[in-house]
Amino acid sequence: MDPSIKAQQNLESLEKQIERLKGFAGGNQDAIDQLQGLLEKVEAIRGQISVMSAWKRTELARHPQRPYTLEYIEKIFTHWSEIHGDRAYGDDPAILCGMARFLGEDVMVIGHQKGKDTKMKVYRNFGMPNPEGYRKALRTMKLAEKFKRPIFTFVDTPGAYPGLGAEERGQAEAIARNLREMARLRVPIVTTITGEGGSGGALAIAVADRVLMMENSVYSVISPEGCASIMWRDATKKEVAAQALKITAPEMKELGLIDDIIPEPGDGAHSDPDTAAENVAEALARHLHDLKSKSAEQLVDERYTKFRNMGQFFTE
Amino acid sequence: MAWFKRTSTDVEASDEKRVKTEGLWEKCENCRQIIWKKDLDANFNVCPKCDQHFRIDADTRISILLDEGEAEVFDERLRSTDPLHFTDTKRYADRLRAATKSTGRQDAIVNVQGKMDGKPVVLSVMEYAFIGGSMGAVVGEVITRAIERGIKKKLPVIVVSASGGARMMEGAVSLMQMAKISAALARLDEAGVPYISVLTDPTTGGVTASYAMLGDLNIAEPGALIGFAGPRVIEQTIRQKLPEGFQRSEFLLQKGFLDAVVHRKEMKSYISRALDFMRVQ
Ligand SMILES: [Zn+2]
Repeated sequence: MDPSIKAQQNLESLEKQIERLKGFAGGNQDAIDQLQGLLEKVEAIRGQISVMSAWKRTELARHPQRPYTLEYIEKIFTHWSEIHGDRAYGDDPAILCGMARFLGEDVMVIGHQKGKDTKMKVYRNFGMPNPEGYRKALRTMKLAEKFKRPIFTFVDTPGAYPGLGAEERGQAEAIARNLREMARLRVPIVTTITGEGGSGGALAIAVADRVLMMENSVYSVISPEGCASIMWRDATKKEVAAQALKITAPEMKELGLIDDIIPEPGDGAHSDPDTAAENVAEALARHLHDLKSKSAEQLVDERYTKFRNMGQFFTE
Repeated sequence: MAWFKRTSTDVEASDEKRVKTEGLWEKCENCRQIIWKKDLDANFNVCPKCDQHFRIDADTRISILLDEGEAEVFDERLRSTDPLHFTDTKRYADRLRAATKSTGRQDAIVNVQGKMDGKPVVLSVMEYAFIGGSMGAVVGEVITRAIERGIKKKLPVIVVSASGGARMMEGAVSLMQMAKISAALARLDEAGVPYISVLTDPTTGGVTASYAMLGDLNIAEPGALIGFAGPRVIEQTIRQKLPEGFQRSEFLLQKGFLDAVVHRKEMKSYISRALDFMRVQ
């Protein structure tokens, strides 16, 4: 058995014991000591899980049964009404946009969408956006801003589509514009990386007040395969590349590039999508609550400062 | 013709070496003509026979764009921390050292404040010879500082791009520089200060998909490769050869993503004229 999965199972059984103990511990010193011991064990195991290999996590992030944006929309939001098209060229099925309600509040939801079966995979272009997708996303974000509605984005893409049409229709310009405009949107933005955070295609909807990563998601400037074939001139070095690029949630948090990690159930989000969605909903509620106490100026300032300070350097 | 030269000694050493090894003649990759190096220099490093724009280093670029005389280099001492402790077939730290040795720079960018036809400007120029002009934390920080200086002093900002994109060896740190610089450009825009993006050969990847495409004017040199995805990656995806001229300046102009394609000789006067139009009233 995979050691990380075993660790996960250990963790679950320990957590069950803890729950039981909490139920009748009361003022019983023995029970409290026992509880303390178990909590320490849980911490240790969590540490082991966080060093789970980057490649293992990449595989989980790409797991064919992993919940995609639409599943989260169904489980977390109500009153979903999709908004199509960029009002310039077309509608990109690789990015979904729409109005929804979150805990009764009107919000804008935007996310990459992958297909489950072959036909839908092709229809969704494997979650790889064309420029129209970014433009649709920006258009709907501005709509949210106009009516002072918070924005939730869900990121799950291998990256921007490296196609002829995408270049002809200016995907670089579309991504660039989103980065600049998201930086000054006057409403709360919370981004969740649910699966693959593939480079510019991910970042184009991820300049947010809070960027959350699911425990087994990855976020990277280039795919491990791409990095391996460029830097090692050998695509089979993908596991080494995945490790070297520091793409996992704990590493991204350590680098100060994301704000929070959302725990996943069981063997990963696919093993229990309901619990995964509950965990996401809990995190979204918590962060939105926080952000709603801030003025528009404060949001924009703090968002600027956060991205402004990313990346360190030596000064001689 | 390059009046703008740094004073550091290792740079002069590398200049001397270049003269010795490169000789007096250079071959144009486009028309295959052999050109006398002096003629090439006198012609802005543009082939006198076919107008092919040769790649030039940051110092030469500064000499071409700014008025001769005082130009203040700033934020030149920033160095990469190697945030991922990255090693592929070589250690990134060694690649950085080698790049510094061969270019005399700390990273792939130089900020300078000077004048353009008498008008004060902040100019940020990428150095392609430094790890392919790739953008890591230092490039991100230095360009952001140029923009912030522009905001503070109400000076137009000009960024000259020459880059393969994000610096892989800094992973997602380099990706976030796209957001960082673009956010700074939003502030520059709100301050009503001009921003001119000059795209030179090559400008690709995360650099194109951030500051290079966000100018009040986006101006390119003729024949420059400009795009997001690399041509080879696109060919692999669509499994066919790309059409002639795909992702070149003229192609982007035709598709509506550049405001102008301007010959290197005319670049300064074009920008200078734009700055007149954009002067704060
Ligand atoms: Zn020629």
